[in-house]
Parts: sequence; C-alpha cells; structure tokens
Amino acid sequence: MDFTPTEDRRMIADSFRRFLADKFPAERRNEIAYEGACHDADAWAGLAELGILGALVSEEDGGFGGAGFDITTVFEEAGRALCPEPLLGNLLALRLYAAHGKADRVEAIIAGAEKAAFGFDETDSFGDLAEISAKADGDTLTGRKTVVYGGQAADWLLVAAKTAAGKLGLYEVKASDAEVLSYPMIDGGGAAEIVLDKTPATCLSDDAEAAIEAALDAGRLALCAEAVGAMDVLKDMTRDYLMQRQQFGRPIATFQALQHRLVDFSIEIEQARSIVIYAAGHMDADERALAVAKAKNLIGRAGKLVAEECIQMHGGIGMTWEYAGSHYAKRLIMIDHQLGDTEDQLRKVMALTDISVAA
Amino acid sequence: MDLNYTPEEEAFRQEVRDFLKENLSEELATKVRNGRELNKQDMESWHATLQSRSWLAVTWPAEYGGPGWDAVQRHIFDEELALANAPRTVPFGLAMLGPVLIKFGTEEQKATILPRILSGEDWWCQGYSEPGAGSDLASLKTRAVRDGDHYVINGQKTWTTLGQFADKIFCLVRTSTEGKPQQGISFVLVDINTPGIEMRPIKLIEGGFEVNEVFFTDVRVPVSNLVGEENMGWTIAKYLLGHERTNIAGVGASSEALNQLKALARKVKRNGAPLAKDPLFAAKVAEVEIDLEAMRLTNLRMLFGSSDAQGSVSSMLKIKGTVIRQAINDLSRRALGPAAAPFPSEEVIGNYGVAPAEAATNAANYFNNRKLSIFGGSNEIQRNIITKETFGA
Repeated sequence: MDFTPTEDRRMIADSFRRFLADKFPAERRNEIAYEGACHDADAWAGLAELGILGALVSEEDGGFGGAGFDITTVFEEAGRALCPEPLLGNLLALRLYAAHGKADRVEAIIAGAEKAAFGFDETDSFGDLAEISAKADGDTLTGRKTVVYGGQAADWLLVAAKTAAGKLGLYEVKASDAEVLSYPMIDGGGAAEIVLDKTPATCLSDDAEAAIEAALDAGRLALCAEAVGAMDVLKDMTRDYLMQRQQFGRPIATFQALQHRLVDFSIEIEQARSIVIYAAGHMDADERALAVAKAKNLIGRAGKLVAEECIQMHGGIGMTWEYAGSHYAKRLIMIDHQLGDTEDQLRKVMALTDISVAA
Repeated sequence: MDLNYTPEEEAFRQEVRDFLKENLSEELATKVRNGRELNKQDMESWHATLQSRSWLAVTWPAEYGGPGWDAVQRHIFDEELALANAPRTVPFGLAMLGPVLIKFGTEEQKATILPRILSGEDWWCQGYSEPGAGSDLASLKTRAVRDGDHYVINGQKTWTTLGQFADKIFCLVRTSTEGKPQQGISFVLVDINTPGIEMRPIKLIEGGFEVNEVFFTDVRVPVSNLVGEENMGWTIAKYLLGHERTNIAGVGASSEALNQLKALARKVKRNGAPLAKDPLFAAKVAEVEIDLEAMRLTNLRMLFGSSDAQGSVSSMLKIKGTVIRQAINDLSRRALGPAAAPFPSEEVIGNYGVAPAEAATNAANYFNNRKLSIFGGSNEIQRNIITKETFGA
C-alpha cells in the first residue's frame, strides 16, 4: 500500500495549480464564471497545452493518463482554484468518445481545438437514465436536454437518447445544428439547455448505457475530488479568519465553541479525502459504481457541513459576494446537485449492497 | 498510489487467520460475538494462547518477547482478531506499562516485570484518574511523600478498569506541589496487596462491573518502584497515552459489529418483513457503512505514513472511530424494538429468548459503549489537541 502520488501526477498538480493561480485570481475568476460563455479561450488553450485534458484519457485512447488518480489530481486542483472552465463537460465527452473509438475527436479535444459536452438529464429523468425521452428517428434527434454542463461553450454535443428499439443510444450533434440556450450557474461556470427538433445526429452507439454509466462515474469522481480541493481551501480561509478576527478583545479562534466546530468539519474533510482515494482506486474494478456512490454520498454530506459551517463562522463577511470564501461554499453545495445527490448515491449504495441478502 | 497489501502482508494475514482457526475456541468467540461478559479465566487463557506464539505483546520489540511487528502487521493482526470475535487483550500491562518500562524502566524493572506480564503472573491496572482529575489529569492530588526508602501514598484513584482482577497498579502520584501541576507528578508501581489499599467496585449504567475506585491510606511503597525520575511522571503519562495508536479507530471491531447488525436486520421482523427490507433503516446502515469505509482509508493513510499531520490524525481517528462505533451500537439496539428491553441475565438470555441470543445484550452494549467517547482522552480533549495543531498555539 502506498498513498504517495506518483512523480508525474505531482508535477501535473503543481503546474496546474500555478497555472490556475495565475489565470484565475478571485476577481478574474468571477468575471469568467458568470459572464458570456463562462469560459476563457486563452485559459482553455493554456490548460490544453499543459496536458490537463490529456491526463483525463488513457494512453491507448490517445491521452496519457485516464486512471482514477489522474482524474482526481486534475479536479482537486480545479476545486482549489474554483476553475470555472467547462472541465466536467469535456471529461464526460472525452470518456464517451474514447469508449467509442472516436480517436479524432479525442485528439482534437485534448489539443484544445474543439470542445464538447454531454447531454443526458431531462427535466423528467433526473436520477434515472431509463426515463430519458429524447428519441432518435433515422439520422435525427428530437427532445430536450437540461443543464448540460459546458453546453454553452461546446462545438459538439453528445446526447443520450432512446433508439427506435427502445435502448439507450449515444449520438453526436453539431452544436450549431441545435438550439442552445446558455446561462451561468449560481456557483459559476456555464451550462445550457439543448433543444433538439429533428436535429441531424450521428449515432455512436445504439446500446450505450454501460459506457454512459462509466463516464458519469468518472464525472462523479471528478466532482468528489473537486470538492476536496475546495474544502481544503475553505478550511484554511476559515482558520485564518478565526485567528485574525477580533471580538471581545481577542481572536475568535480562542473560543472553544468555534475551535471544536472547526475540528469536526476538518475530520469530515479527512474522511472525504479518504473516500476519494478509495473511489479513485476502484475506477477500473468491479466495485466501481459502489465505490463512487459511497464517495459522492460522503462528499455531499461533508461538503454541506463545511460550506454551512464556514459561512456561519465567518459571520456577515461570509455572506458577501466580494469574499472569495462564499464562492467556495456555493460550489460545495452545488456539487451535490450534479450527477446525483447525496440521497441518489445512498439509494444506489443500498441497491448495490442490499443488506437483506447475506453477503 | 496503491491500495493493495503486498503478497507478504497477505500471507501474514493468512497466517493470523490460520492461527485463529486453530486456537480460538468457538465457545470463546461466541461469547465475544454475543457481547457476553468475559471472566478472568477467559481473558487469561486467551492471553496464554497468544503468548504460546509470542503474539501477545504485539508492540514490544522482539528482545523483550514481542513479535517484532511493524505497524502494518499489528493493524492486520488487530483487524483479523476483531473479525474473528477474539477477545481484546487487556491493555494495561501489554500496551501501557510494558512500553513505558521498555522506554523508561531500569534494567532490573524490565527484567523482573516484563516476563511476569507475558506469563500472566501479574495482572496490572491503571491508577490515573481521580474524582477531581479527569480531563484535567494534571490536577491530580493523590500524594506520595518520601519517608526513607519508601513513599507513603494517600489519596484516591477512580475508573480503574478491571482492578478487581489486578495484582498490581501503576499510578500517577503527586510528589511535588512546586511549579506547574505537570511538574510534580511521578509514576510509581504499587502492589495491590499492600496494606492501606481498598478497591471498591463501581456499578455502571448497564449494570456491569468493570471499573473501580481505589483508596490509598498510608500505603508504603519502596522508592525502587518509581519509574523514571521523581517528578517526570507527566512525560511518561503522555508517552503512554500516545504510544499505541494503530488500533485507535477500532476499524476491525466496527466492521464486525456492522456485519452483526446486518445479520440481525435480516433476522428480526418489522411491519411484517425483515427489518433489512425497510429502506429507512437500510439507509442509516448504508450511511454508517460509508463512513466506516472512509475511516478505514483514513486509518490506512496514517499507518502507511502518508499523512502530514500524524498527531492530529490519531485524534481524528479516536473521535470518528468512537462516533461510528456508537452509531452502530445505536442501530443494533434499535433493531430489536421492544425486545431490547429485557435486562440481560443468564435466565433471560438462556430461557426466555425474547431477542436472538447474539443480540440480547445490544441495549446493554449500547449503554456501555457510551464510554468510548469519554475514556482515553474524551472526544472534547481530542478536539483540543487538534485545535492546538490547527492554530499552532
């Protein structure tokens, strides 16, 4: 057993951390995160050049990473910097393109030349791929995909839709062929509604459910790692604030009521870090879905605790837009809304470890 | 990153399993699994079994009769013993006094005392807490006054676990009132049969007897029974408390308790179906299981030395480990519904059969294990330790 990151991953983390600190100081981050396409073309080109996108795909699929720990390395840093760029959408797309042998598209995305997003949720299908109603008809798709992460800045849209045979298929749509309604999200970064009405589409697979689940698990793992990065930073900000803020003639860090609360959420951050390592280590194992569901359940609980406690312990300042900590808190809360929340994950754990059946 | 044990570590695990299969009687394991009280002979015979393989004093170096294991081996050993429902070894001589003597004792103390711990000739107990000195241990008042070649001890110790079986007690006593309270404390060894010592049992919340009060009235102890130097007892006490932390999270024991909880939930019925089918109950079990999975990894991260904050991580593990264990105990009690109520006497368990035999003590164990977050440095004291590290104060 060994919990030290490899030299390569340490280098990626270091260089990405420096890059993000340079490109996205708090104020600039908020400009990008809430305006226009919620995306900075220069920054995207820079992170492609750094190899951040290539790290998300295995060597045999055209990248140079792709393991669970590669994903967590990248996204933990993204979380530390609240990176607003459409990394999640492109991760999902990359994993799906790779799974379907679309080497040219993988290459273009890794190079930063093209961007993609994956539309799966519909307003009536949250939490259950079987409820998807978007449908393929010959070479066209009809339906509507909601809150498509990175959809606002994508050249290509991957879409999960029902095949004529009633299976879950995977299709590629040129973004300019679809109606794309873009918006920023409350915690920064962009998404879009994708409206498809007999829109031309290319079928990548007419039975893609397993590949989609695998890609979504990669996305869940990424979100978990992102949360750990954000929690680490928010904890440090809160600790520093408690030491600096004076009330009743002394730093509020000297009050045991606050000390113990900080300890309690710090313990949950360590638990969160542990479960992310566990999930990353099981990405290629049979227990992948269970490990990821466990991780995202715990992350959802820990993220909410850390976010709410940190706002509270900052007092009024934690409520302000100007203070960077509030944006970390928002991100932590909203991560739970992406790719299945705490309860969704718990239901999955319960289904996969049915305790009414002896092991 | 590599989450796998080495083939050597796996082979060691198998060796432990084989040993347990051969040497842990079904009778004793059942007693542990069913949460029944172990008597002195149960514990002594289990110690002897482990010692037959030199696997008793797991933290001692080989030259003193320990197996010479590293932290990972000790972890595997603890985990396998817990999963097999082996009794936990009594820690006072093995995990506490032994390491203290190896570090601070004279050659003579080591030569005379350590072998008697291994052989079971001496059962040690601990004299630390006092009625007025719990979390604030340094405020202890039991006095040891020098009189020629003896100390004369007066005062009272409390929460002395299994003192009723003990031959000897190691004590923190005040030998000076000068300076800070921590500076006037000494660590002395006392024969329990010395005139002037009285041991009184304390009945606990669930009705059991495991802790005692110990009264000292003009108890004369040879000065040669001092460990280390006079007034350096606090250093020794801190060493003792910080010594053996690999098993502080109790991952193995909680895993086994969770296995039993699930088995119980399949057995008992609620609303016409096995309790395990109730999604509200199953959700609570799943949540604890997730927390335990994370803690298993946190524990391994500490063991394999990756953590940058070893000290506070062990305090974190103490807090989280006890909270998780208590949550499992809570669910195990609730799983029984009204059947948790009978006071678990031999007759009730043996003849009435209200609850399954393996669960008849679940309510008692729930109450008893509220101690987990209180002893060994209360969870609030652990939070203070972590705070010190966090704020660097």
